[in-house]
Amino acid sequence: MSVGFVMMCHTALDRAAQVARFWAEGGAPVVIHVDRRVDKLSFDTFTASVSDLANVSFSRRFKCEWGTWSLVAAAQAGAEQMLARHGDVGHVFLASGSCLPLRPVQDLAAYLAARPTTDFIESVTTADVGWTIGGLDEERFTLHFPFSWKRRRRLFDRYVELQRRLKFRRKIPAGILPHMGSQWWCLSRRTLASILQDPDREVYDDYFSKVWIPDESYFQSLTRLYSTNVESRSLTLSKFDFQGKPHLFYDDHLQLLRRSNCFVARKIWPRADRLYATFLAQRSPVDAKAEPDPVKIDRLFSKAVERRTNGRPGLYMQSRFPHRDRENGKTSAPYSVFQGFDDLFENFDGWLAKYAGARVHGHLFAPERAEFSGGESIFSGCLTDSAKLRDYNSQAFLTNLIWNARGERQCFQFSPRDSQACNWFLATDPNAQISVISGAWAVPLFHSSESFAVTRREAARLQKIELDQISILRSMYVKARVRIWTMADFIENPMELLQTVIDEISPRSTRRLTEVPRLVDLSGFGQFLQNLKNQGMQPRLMGDFPVDDGPLPSNAQRDRPYIVR
Amino acid sequence: MLRALRKRHGLHSVARRTDAIKPSDILLFATLRNERVRLPYFLRYYRELGINHFLIVDNDSDDGSREWLAEQKDVSVWTTSASYKGSRYGIDWMNWLLMRYGHKHWTLVVDPDEFFVYPFSDTRPIRALTDWLDTYEMRSFPAMLLDLYPKGPIDAQPYREGQNPLEIAQWFDSGNYTISRNWYFNNLWIQGGPRARMFFSDDPYNAPSLNKIPLVKWNRRYAYVSSTHMLLPRGLNMVYDDWGGEKVSGCLLHAKFIAPLTAKVEEELARQEHFAGSREYIAYAEQLSTEPDLWCKWSEKYINWRQLEILGLMSKGNWA
Repeated sequence: MSVGFVMMCHTALDRAAQVARFWAEGGAPVVIHVDRRVDKLSFDTFTASVSDLANVSFSRRFKCEWGTWSLVAAAQAGAEQMLARHGDVGHVFLASGSCLPLRPVQDLAAYLAARPTTDFIESVTTADVGWTIGGLDEERFTLHFPFSWKRRRRLFDRYVELQRRLKFRRKIPAGILPHMGSQWWCLSRRTLASILQDPDREVYDDYFSKVWIPDESYFQSLTRLYSTNVESRSLTLSKFDFQGKPHLFYDDHLQLLRRSNCFVARKIWPRADRLYATFLAQRSPVDAKAEPDPVKIDRLFSKAVERRTNGRPGLYMQSRFPHRDRENGKTSAPYSVFQGFDDLFENFDGWLAKYAGARVHGHLFAPERAEFSGGESIFSGCLTDSAKLRDYNSQAFLTNLIWNARGERQCFQFSPRDSQACNWFLATDPNAQISVISGAWAVPLFHSSESFAVTRREAARLQKIELDQISILRSMYVKARVRIWTMADFIENPMELLQTVIDEISPRSTRRLTEVPRLVDLSGFGQFLQNLKNQGMQPRLMGDFPVDDGPLPSNAQRDRPYIVR
Repeated sequence: MLRALRKRHGLHSVARRTDAIKPSDILLFATLRNERVRLPYFLRYYRELGINHFLIVDNDSDDGSREWLAEQKDVSVWTTSASYKGSRYGIDWMNWLLMRYGHKHWTLVVDPDEFFVYPFSDTRPIRALTDWLDTYEMRSFPAMLLDLYPKGPIDAQPYREGQNPLEIAQWFDSGNYTISRNWYFNNLWIQGGPRARMFFSDDPYNAPSLNKIPLVKWNRRYAYVSSTHMLLPRGLNMVYDDWGGEKVSGCLLHAKFIAPLTAKVEEELARQEHFAGSREYIAYAEQLSTEPDLWCKWSEKYINWRQLEILGLMSKGNWA
């Protein structure tokens, strides 16, 4: 018993000839079908190039068009010729001209000899296939398709639509349960002969000749009628991408293909000289028992499809520039925004860097310059601190910063004094963790030596900005993790609140905070707020501060950080 | 397009070997002026990528560029003494040659200091890419301009003929690019990199555009609009995915910042033939006198296309 190959060729005939020679010289008979659209000169060159091989023959030529019956007719003719001429063939392997054998014929023959009754054909019921392109799976079997999908797409689509509306359904011949799968199969002589010599073959052929893409369903469905042992997988390694096009193999896939232990791979780029040279040189059996294992190749191609359809989250570049809300990740990693903290605490940056284990920047959106951590003038990815460059496209500045620093959590300070251009972006980014101590912007004003009139004007301005921002942060569109406290609430219990924020940044750190940063001097702050009120302004964001310095927790321990047991 | 027809009269053929072009050939088009010292490596690089024929417009070189090119068997050369500016920075000449010789070919339009890299360019020739694009019926391919620069003053290290300029200009900015969409032409407008950072930090709007679409399956109805930044018809500019996925893209490694740059800048300033009143060159001249160093501690050293793909400057898309 041995294996015979039926090859379907239409382009790159020189490569097909090489492969046919490889199989034929390995002792396997080959029947070749050449598309009738191939011109005479090319066909004659092809036949001449394999004329020295006794076990290579050519079958009746059909004019093949994708998705039509002609492909099945060609395969039938080839298979019949194979069974008739080569009585010793136990399995017939359907291959294409762009297939490349990865293992010697003896390996495959031995593998099949050990499984004499097994039919290797991917065969899945229509309900279970997830890969059909164009949405037609069950309807392939119940509608008429008189128009070419490739050449007359509109007509094709309209006719399908019309039949749907008329609720038209073709009758499926009794006994047939439609199955689909890869058109590259390897069937046992018994099964194949049963299919080809079935008394009802005319009925089936007539039915399938009007099914759409019958080469993916004819043998797949009929095998189920006769086979005693269907192994629903193809021995041909062939991967399709999301648009239904086969992935190509190139020279740089050599090691991957070699290690896959698959018998045949398609499609090979016709100019992949090294692949053809390497694999067609293997003539002696390698390891007959090795099972095909295409997992690594599967992973490579599924990653490629994933990249093409979803892309890398948070990346904006020349070939990925998503519409708003189609980003699949507005930024590439979680980051934290702290508003008001550095107004309220001395050296908050340093403290945060120590406890959060993150890169802590100052006010990235400060009006004068982007305050990168450590006072640097340039940061990862060669982002500069120039306010003009940053404000030219502040959203890109932020997404670039987060992208460039992948692997390291980024934190930065924010305040109503800074550029507010990114507010909506921040609020709608699920990666943003925004913690706001509202009204804390008043603390620097309280300490400032400016005249009170100037301070009052500035306070009114900042309050308006922060109110606007907080209304964004409270809108129904918010996707960020937002926490807002009034200043009064926060200083009631800073330790616990800081702990929640820090826990969220580094959830695995079990270490409790042992110190909170030192609160700035707030004695007289209540009076300051009262003065603002007296001047006709209404400070609304700080919470309640009594006019006399009442029970502010800061006063007692001002010179020592808190210690927690 | 009419402009291109009109401007063709300024072009005189020096060496025309276009009869040797076969229907499947991949063609490279370039305009240059006084680039003699860069040419040998330039041609070698693109021959190794698999370019079959070079079609080059020489804009009145006086350093022997034209004569040297005319000796090359796979090069056709035209010369013109007409104004570079008058031909919209060479693009009218390019459009004419593309229309005349590029029809139904894959065509690559680059400058002599631009080196095209694409996914797998170290293992797969350019034909692997164009064949793949053909199967997906994609007609155009983007490659953003990536400025490379040396460490230290730009003129410090002299460039030898035949040398790989990337041996000198090894560094680039990896993540300071800004993108906006041009809704009229549908292309992306990309700015940033060392030139924006060093020369245009006070005027970012006028920083050079870095988006390019240099590789196109040409049709005589197509035309470049402004340099190779955008094309007509507009569908050709849709080289990016706007639903979150990544399409395949490459980079043009731009080895402009190597010696002798200062001399070149002075010459170009004197000619006043560059875009927007040569403002880019004015900016360079101001800074070059102070021997600027484009390098900074966050600069990335160029290794290969895989590095660019990991950094997110280009993408393999669904090509694997």
